[in-house]
Amino acid sequence: MNIDSIRRGIVLDHIEAGRSMEIYQALGLESLPCSVAIIRNVKSQAMGKKDILKIDDDIDIDLDVLGYLDPGITVNIIEDGRIREKKHLALPERLTNVIRCRNPRCITTTESSLDQVFRLVNPAGRVYRCVYCDAER
Amino acid sequence: MRHLIDITDLELTEIDGLLDLADDMIAHRERYADSQRGRILGTLFFEPSTRTRLSFESAMLTMGGNVLGFASADSSSTAKGESLQDTIRTVSCYCDIIAMRHPKEGAPVAASLCSDVPIINAGDGGHNHPTQTLTDLMTIRREMGRLDSLTIGLCGDLKFGRTVHSLISAMSRYPNVRFVMISPPELRVPEYLTEMLRAKNIEFCEVEQMESVLPELDILYMTRVQRERFFNEADYVRLKDTYVLTPEKLRLADSRLRVMHPLPRVNEISSKVDSDPRAVYFTQVRNGRYVRMALITRLLEVCE
Repeated sequence: MNIDSIRRGIVLDHIEAGRSMEIYQALGLESLPCSVAIIRNVKSQAMGKKDILKIDDDIDIDLDVLGYLDPGITVNIIEDGRIREKKHLALPERLTNVIRCRNPRCITTTESSLDQVFRLVNPAGRVYRCVYCDAER
Repeated sequence: MRHLIDITDLELTEIDGLLDLADDMIAHRERYADSQRGRILGTLFFEPSTRTRLSFESAMLTMGGNVLGFASADSSSTAKGESLQDTIRTVSCYCDIIAMRHPKEGAPVAASLCSDVPIINAGDGGHNHPTQTLTDLMTIRREMGRLDSLTIGLCGDLKFGRTVHSLISAMSRYPNVRFVMISPPELRVPEYLTEMLRAKNIEFCEVEQMESVLPELDILYMTRVQRERFFNEADYVRLKDTYVLTPEKLRLADSRLRVMHPLPRVNEISSKVDSDPRAVYFTQVRNGRYVRMALITRLLEVCE
């Protein structure tokens, strides 16, 4: 299967196989006017199988969202048909408006103007805690 | 500008300093009689409380300051649908410091993000109550002469009891402190606190019976099962009378034990215990006034 290489844009590589649609939706890629290729179940030496997303434009990607969803993703920034920059993600220390607090007693349930802010408290367990009420996600 | 949202916002040396100042205020009250003249404390109580609100007001009035505020959300613009942050922005134009109680957890954090004056958390839902903790620390230090090397028994509602959560966070910072948590399984301490204790290698145990552990305690911290924290009335009724401290049970304890309670109590401590010299819950109330005086003084000093 051939997918055109891109001249200028972003390639999200090493997406866990089967999760590319979730990433596509979380980043709001459906609203982009440019071409976006979703490539699923690509053979990978390291991962066995992986998904890849190719975006044919240099857009601002929310790396916090991406790092939270799948910290194993590699972000390749392409310019003039070459990789200009390769970014390796990690779980973000702080998440703003990426996930919502589920504690019904949390102030964020009634104060709609507040940002939903979480801080990473346990990287191994991927545990985040609401900065307002300390509830974990 | 400093706020007090969580007891861990304060370094141990700052806590020591506050307790030293509060001790001095008890010993030399006249020296502080005019120390806050011309300053105003706003007491914003979106949830009713007699003791904490009066304690804050008494603290400010004792130092020659003034107070304004409301005692329930019904008597504020919250009843008209005003947001918490708008209320805080408005009230911070009228006063120099705010003590607030709110039924929602994390409300003081939200308030601190938009306030021009220091915010003191006077209780946020079942979450934190740092000034009660300062009161508790002051009482423990005055009664026992130290804050380290103690076995602290916590009894009753350890799940929703915010005073318990704050006290565990605070006492876990002192060396050789051990916790004995006495509660029914439904009202155990939240996991985030037991995980914190495990991570810091602090000894604790969870038991359901009070009698068997009483002899080993230095402090017995009793709590009320709070009706307002339950979504389900049946659960409240089933659990409210689980633990009652009586003179008979207290005979099992050491003579150096101190019995504490954040008050108000319902029936978890028999009134017959009040005359026992080990019962210090009304001394706690007095200490609360002075430690709040010390806190207001320190937070306003930072603003100068």
